[in-house]
Amino acid sequence: MEDIHLKLEVVDSTLQEDAILLEPIRRTGKAFYLTLFILVTVILWATFAYLFQYRNGLGVTGLARPIFWGVYITNFVFFIGISHAGTLISAILRLAKAEWRRSITRSAEVITVLVLFFGVGNILMDLGRPDRMLNILQYPRFQSPLLWDVSSITIYLTASSIYLYLPLIPDIAILRDYAGKWQWFYRIFALGWKGNKRQHHLLEKGIAFMAILVIPVAVSVHTVVSFVFAMTIQPMWHSAIFGPYFVAGAIFSGIAALIVAMNLIRKVYHLEDYLRPIHFNNLGILLLIMTLLWFYFTFTEYLTVFYGAEPLHMEIFWSKFTGRFAPYFWGMFLFCFVIPLPILSLKKTRTPLGTLIASLSVIIGMWLERYVIVVPTLTNPRLPNEAVLYFPTWVEWSILAGCISFFILLYMVFTKVFPIVSIWEVREGREKSMAEMRERIKTYLPGIGVE
Amino acid sequence: MHKWGMVIDLDKCSGCLACVVACKAENNIALIGPGESAKGRSIYWMKLLPYFEGEYPHVKARLLPRPCMHCEHPACIKVCPVGATYINEEGLVGVIYYRCIGCRYCTTACPYNVRNFNWYEPQWPKEMKGSLNRDVSIRRKGVVEKCTFCHHRLIKARDKVKAEGRELLPDDYIPACVQACPSGAMFFGDLNDPFSTVSKLSRERRAFRLLEDLGTEPKVIYLSEGV
Repeated sequence: MEDIHLKLEVVDSTLQEDAILLEPIRRTGKAFYLTLFILVTVILWATFAYLFQYRNGLGVTGLARPIFWGVYITNFVFFIGISHAGTLISAILRLAKAEWRRSITRSAEVITVLVLFFGVGNILMDLGRPDRMLNILQYPRFQSPLLWDVSSITIYLTASSIYLYLPLIPDIAILRDYAGKWQWFYRIFALGWKGNKRQHHLLEKGIAFMAILVIPVAVSVHTVVSFVFAMTIQPMWHSAIFGPYFVAGAIFSGIAALIVAMNLIRKVYHLEDYLRPIHFNNLGILLLIMTLLWFYFTFTEYLTVFYGAEPLHMEIFWSKFTGRFAPYFWGMFLFCFVIPLPILSLKKTRTPLGTLIASLSVIIGMWLERYVIVVPTLTNPRLPNEAVLYFPTWVEWSILAGCISFFILLYMVFTKVFPIVSIWEVREGREKSMAEMRERIKTYLPGIGVE
Repeated sequence: MHKWGMVIDLDKCSGCLACVVACKAENNIALIGPGESAKGRSIYWMKLLPYFEGEYPHVKARLLPRPCMHCEHPACIKVCPVGATYINEEGLVGVIYYRCIGCRYCTTACPYNVRNFNWYEPQWPKEMKGSLNRDVSIRRKGVVEKCTFCHHRLIKARDKVKAEGRELLPDDYIPACVQACPSGAMFFGDLNDPFSTVSKLSRERRAFRLLEDLGTEPKVIYLSEGV
């Protein structure tokens, strides 16, 4: 006991003002365990739902002919979309040398790595024969867009894991030296970090390289996800706009997820000083740009269909605008555009709370968008077919709830093992960037700095 | 090399459903019951599609028997991630049931909706279990299945012809639906043979293919005297 107390004092004196960042790792309150309990309950329920489906077959879902894809595929596209926040935003901000990134990159990168598992997981749960999923490796056919998905998601997961890990190393070293618990664990993952010049140089090189690499990979991932639909000749799927439309939608929902996560971290761990209103304001502006971009893409897509007015396409078009999918379609429009636009446009409402509301709205809206892409097309096939109305059953809703809960749980656990705000980067910012910024500004401005 | 094809004369078809029933019996297609069937879970390799044209009182109703089109350029094969569906050198499109992972990409990609998914473990009433066809494998839950042009009959015919030491004749290989058609509206044979019945019929003025503009080149040809 005495020993631990001594260590805490050492930490406080070494880290000084940043000691609060180790607080979540050092102390775990009742609220954490209560949340954990609720999440585990939901996850167990979802596990039961999946086992029920595994035993009885996919007949327990709402799927039927001709609507062979439903909520699981919607979830797949949705979760892969959410994953775009992290790595992409963090990489772009790093490369742009945006100084305000320092306290938000970590929380963004974690989203990417963790949520990818649920994207992949939903595809696996959608399989009629999950026991044969390794056939994809044993008998791969690269002509199928699903194989393109498998490849690009694997690369993306690897790259973004490395990209998350590299900036973690100096922080793990801090934990190794001061945390007190699980020293063996931190010692392994700190990779002998001593913080000398050579190590810093290598680390910075590595991070810069990964930041560049990860951007094309991220763009390719969601493009390829859209190709699953766009490569078929089904009406309103077979569209060249799908690639960029999906990428824009992915970044849109990803930023929203990041804002929600930051809001929670800020409140729960009292990090108001690290995640300030300016961060939410800046991300809010990014989200606003994506809102407008989303509207632009949606408008272009539907106008093209409407103007062409092919009967086959129009049937689906009207089913979304006025028919049975109208509640979903207009719900999507409300949540993706009507609600977030005014909130994000006004500086007065671009506060942490304002952006939180806008972001929650965007997340719901983007899930609906994926649903509105997948289901209506399948409901209206070319040839006369069974008039089946798809509605997800309790199994599908439970699994969606389970996925969200599991993601939150993993995220929570991460914050208990590693600092969710990068300690060394914040410190570096405090110590070095002022001088660096002054030098950099000198290089831009005419009249000064030119010898 | 043979190129197997089917001709369906819609002017002769009476919509009696004999082809549908014969197909179900021949290919061990599971009976799912009325409840699940209403939900859209029933499996049809051969299906009678209703086409309604015009508005009351000038309504025209037509029925169109629809097996798998066995396209020359099938959309289903392109999208399969594990190569569980294939086209052989005789133009037959088949499914390898034990390789299928049940992702249902082919079912969504097929513009003719001919592909079926096994939502449940297959079931039959007790009385029917004894009369399952031993030549056709039973599909388990979670895999995709579709019309094979009764490929097992071709295998059997080849064995028989080999044993008898002669060439394969047109009557040796005929799918169950064609055999069952009481109005003689269905024909089957080699499209590569310019003198076969199907080949001659396929060049008739009345001939058309389903969704021809998609470029899938179906090997099922319909005959109809226009609208």
